[in-house]
Amino acid sequence: MAEPYTVKGDCLIIHFEEELDHHLTEKLRDVIDGVIESRGIRYLILDFENQSFMDSSGIGFIMGRYKRLAPYRGKIYVTNLGRGLERIFKIAGLYTITVEKDSVDAALCEAGGKI
Amino acid sequence: MMSTGSNRFYMEMDAVSENEAFARVCIAAFCARLDPTLEEINDIKTAVSEAVTNSIIHGYRKQGGVIHMQADIDDNILTICISDDGCGIADVNKAMEPLYTTGALEERSGMGFTFMEIFMDCLQVESEPGKGTKVIMKKEISKNK
Repeated sequence: MAEPYTVKGDCLIIHFEEELDHHLTEKLRDVIDGVIESRGIRYLILDFENQSFMDSSGIGFIMGRYKRLAPYRGKIYVTNLGRGLERIFKIAGLYTITVEKDSVDAALCEAGGKI
Repeated sequence: MMSTGSNRFYMEMDAVSENEAFARVCIAAFCARLDPTLEEINDIKTAVSEAVTNSIIHGYRKQGGVIHMQADIDDNILTICISDDGCGIADVNKAMEPLYTTGALEERSGMGFTFMEIFMDCLQVESEPGKGTKVIMKKEISKNK
């Protein structure tokens, strides 16, 4: 798997290319947590431009990263949610722990990272 | 609207996480003839994903096994049955409560059954400790879009 993320300052951007299910979260979790730890990440940007499937494993993944970033007063941004994902976010209450932005650049801008 | 009639398929797959995506693709292809909306397809894929993931993680405790998936189309009603021969569930009602999970340390959200209920029209769960779990879900695919 090619690295599905980029780091800009203290922002970590994950571009989802595969459907966000249990299989992907198992592969991704340790990699992402390692980067958060080693690069001093405070802001996570989850970008769904290229694919828009997520099941309840994705919810667990987002909640887990939220807990991990909380001590650093970090934040999770989500971008390019389609209608289907917006519905999942509403049902699961994910909007209370994430901030939706129109684009990755808009999220980076608010997080104060250098574009 | 094309004439639908009836159709059915049955498959077995190993209880490994690679097959979560495979099961979603299979069900999406099978119900394509009902001409579902994108939203309906997504609902069905999500529900199947939850059931298959449950079998892998909870039914077989990630030790592997066989998952059975059967789907039937009768006119515009899709019925999906996903079952395993895993450890089973002692208290099905408890397991179906939103946010209830035995996998909190593994970041399970406890939303699996809730999603199956929300995204399908009807959900039935049959399980007993030591006798596996069977999930039956139905959804009516809209006609005349």
